Amino acid sequence: MTGTNATRRWQYLDHIRRNLGPFNQDSDVSEEALEALGQAKILVIGAGGLGCEILKDLALSGFRNIHVIDMDTIDISNLNRQFLFRKDDVGKHKAEVAAAFVEKRVKGVKITPHNCRIQDFDEDFYMQFQIVVCGLDSIEARRWINATLVNMVDMDNQDSLKPLIDGGTEGFKGQTRVIFPTLTPCIECQLDLYTPRAAVPLCTLATIPRQPEHCIEWAHIIAWDQEKPFPDLDKDDPEHITWLYQKASARAQEFGITGVTYSLTQGVVKNIIPAIASTNAIIAASCCNEALKIATTAAPALGFEESYMMYSGDDGIYTSTFKYDKKPDCAVCGEVAKPLQVDPSMTLRDLLDSFAVKPDLQLKKPSIRADDKTLYMQFPPSIEEQTRSNLDKTLKADLGLDVGHEIAVTDPAFPALTFRFILSFT
Amino acid sequence: MAEIVTDQTPAVLRGPTEKEKKYDRQLRLWAASGQAALESANILLVNSGAGTVGVETLKNLVLPGIGKFVIIDDAVVSEPDLGVNFFLDESCLEKSRSECCTNLLLELNPEVHGDWYPKNKEKLDLRYILNSSGPFTLIMYTNPIRQEDLATIEAYASQHQTPVVCIHSAGFYSYFRFSLHGTFPIVDTHPEVEKTTDLRLLQPWPELSAFAQEMVKEIDTLDDHEHGHLPYAVILLHFLEQWRQLHDGKNPTTPNEKKEFGKFVLSGSRTNNPEGGEENFQEAIDAINKNIKVSELEPGLKEVFNHQVSSEVERQSSFWTIARAVGLFYQKHNCLPLPGSLPDMKAQSSVYVKLQGLYKAKARKDAQEVLDLVRESVGGEHIEPTEVDLFCKNARFVKLINAKLGGPDLGQIFNAEKADDEAAEAMKIETGGAFSLPLSNFFIYLALKATAHSPVATANEIINTVTQLIPQAADYERMGQIAQEVARARGGELHNISALTGGMVAQEVIKIITKQYIPIDDTCIFDGISSRSAPHRRKHPEFALRIRV
Repeated sequence: MTGTNATRRWQYLDHIRRNLGPFNQDSDVSEEALEALGQAKILVIGAGGLGCEILKDLALSGFRNIHVIDMDTIDISNLNRQFLFRKDDVGKHKAEVAAAFVEKRVKGVKITPHNCRIQDFDEDFYMQFQIVVCGLDSIEARRWINATLVNMVDMDNQDSLKPLIDGGTEGFKGQTRVIFPTLTPCIECQLDLYTPRAAVPLCTLATIPRQPEHCIEWAHIIAWDQEKPFPDLDKDDPEHITWLYQKASARAQEFGITGVTYSLTQGVVKNIIPAIASTNAIIAASCCNEALKIATTAAPALGFEESYMMYSGDDGIYTSTFKYDKKPDCAVCGEVAKPLQVDPSMTLRDLLDSFAVKPDLQLKKPSIRADDKTLYMQFPPSIEEQTRSNLDKTLKADLGLDVGHEIAVTDPAFPALTFRFILSFT
Repeated sequence: MAEIVTDQTPAVLRGPTEKEKKYDRQLRLWAASGQAALESANILLVNSGAGTVGVETLKNLVLPGIGKFVIIDDAVVSEPDLGVNFFLDESCLEKSRSECCTNLLLELNPEVHGDWYPKNKEKLDLRYILNSSGPFTLIMYTNPIRQEDLATIEAYASQHQTPVVCIHSAGFYSYFRFSLHGTFPIVDTHPEVEKTTDLRLLQPWPELSAFAQEMVKEIDTLDDHEHGHLPYAVILLHFLEQWRQLHDGKNPTTPNEKKEFGKFVLSGSRTNNPEGGEENFQEAIDAINKNIKVSELEPGLKEVFNHQVSSEVERQSSFWTIARAVGLFYQKHNCLPLPGSLPDMKAQSSVYVKLQGLYKAKARKDAQEVLDLVRESVGGEHIEPTEVDLFCKNARFVKLINAKLGGPDLGQIFNAEKADDEAAEAMKIETGGAFSLPLSNFFIYLALKATAHSPVATANEIINTVTQLIPQAADYERMGQIAQEVARARGGELHNISALTGGMVAQEVIKIITKQYIPIDDTCIFDGISSRSAPHRRKHPEFALRIRV
């Protein structure tokens, strides 16, 4: 490609980059500053519905050095929106196929795929990027990368601050967030935006089912464990789902309940969120528009004022941008312990179970210490065994916890984090 | 919120077909009926200019499986296309842009058909193609467009009553505007599930009352298990009956009365258990505000009931025939046909299933009554019972799009929007920036519209065009800034803004084709600098816009 052709190729982007507009009067449009976009290294996390779009959008925004991480392989149900994949690609690694496709289509862009988990890399790896864009469906992965990027910030090293742009969709709705770690509210500060799904009480499943979902959950949680038709439940194996579906159907019939279908069984067991191409296009492009604005200063980006854009397309079109506040007691970017009000007569087990459903915690395997005393540890097995007897003890009378005590909670999903609380009683 | 497609017919133990697997994540939104509508759609794109936003829109329609698309575009692929359009590559240079985009779009979904024009470097004959490749379900065109082409499209669309969307993307800005011919009713609006509950507790029908009375006949001697599993609907019916006996036959209506009623219900809960109360009674108390109220008609349905049909064809359409029958039902019974769903509530399985059966049976009976009314009207004999069922189930949230015409002119809108902007600025200063309202996107629409036929214009030229329509626009500073921002793009598209806009347009097109969810009415303007979009509704042919509230 000759210089002139390259210049002509990017002329639309150049109109915006070389000419100052009324809203970016202070931007640097020197050749050196313009060159920085091509040099920037940008990381995309997720090569699914959002990730495919993000890779395309970044490549056509002038980013030339892109990395992408995804541990998943391609499934047939991806093809209605993950437009870089074809039927023949089913079973291959998403990151690899997506990277190769975009590299081939857009000349001059280099995309490095990583078929692995984000947790497989350390801070040195993440330090090489200037911007991180996330297109994830897992809250846990978002929390992990958020905590990692916040921890990496070294106030003496400007390059250690990596803007994090996070997209998410559900059906016709979605959101884009821009985070400048330690400077603006982080994902953990906003965790209570995701409400964990309320679980159906076990006794309902076991004795008085009323909904098709109750029959499916019964098959999933109770019947599977009792009968163990296969060694491990693989939610992507149609044979396993069919087994659950048949169990749930039989139970529904027994109780006169209608509405159990294969599709519903799969939806409940896998917690499937509806997803379409158009919503992914909107949110991914919104993320990449912010990335381009941050990388080039061609226009002011979200972040320091408003940092959150939500989109809703069910009823007309509704979008709004919000300003969130940093939480001083955020476990990731805050400084102080959170207040925690509990019933003094509850058991330690009840307290730990409550951490799973508290919107601002959502911890599945919590371990807990009070001052310097270990109350319960999930790992290693020897300590778990020693502390297990504490689970059925009450907080105040048996364990001696009192108002004003500080407790510390950890979870293997977030090794870098300690959640600190100051106790008070109801 | 995730809606699950449930099949009410007895379970046939079969797994999904290949197609159901591929489209699983979208079938959960619009079900097989929406998918069938998409698969019979034929979409036309008349493309021009930088040429990306329309192709990005098509991508989001090809993936979910529209039946067919046609691209009309007489441009030849050049270098700048490759920097903005993902559905072109280097091998496409100097070839027909419509052909190349069609081929690369078709790779996305083997079930979709596509075609392009003009063929063999012939001269573009828009009128001929429109008449030979149609009929079209919907037409999309992108700005800048030749005035004569626009006139041809509008004439065709008006003659065939084809919905049209105009799309314009330039630099950080974009807008799109739908023109639907006549009113566009939506039955399957997918309201939030929590809103759709209708238990009819204040107007119970005899079978429901009898069921409740039977359950509470000896409420004080029920064993604890039975008492703790009375469904909350039954509990509320029982205590309402008691309340009326104590209050001259009146239901609790004011907030205070409802609070008192809550205490009254709570007093019936047994507390001699470890929990010190009963979950079902708590559910009953929580359900008071939502269920013990005289239901008012939603604004959308009111509009349907008050609508004057404009022609005999419209009058005899199935929608308006059913709407009239539902209106008669409402007049007669002072309530809408029962939707028939029962929310989950603590109860023994057999009791819940029986109660659910009562609601379903009553819903079928109400729908039958509506169907009988439909059958009595002219043309009503051909209407499918399933259509009547769907209407009855969704009656409360039925909505009309594009119902009103007429409204303020552009100058009036300009003044109102400018006043709002000034109020927002004042508020920002007053609160030291702590509270700010979004600024109007209306001026973006004006500036883009000024370049609808010739993309490259200076800020002065844009302002001149705008002031021919709105003289006072010249004096507004923000109008001037936005004109500069539009001029900065020189008609070029930014890929992100076109991808984002293509996503929004595709969502709306899907809603229009499937007649599900609620499409925008009728203009949306996006500002990629502040990352905001604002819907506007054009009220008068050509120039009137109004902010939708």
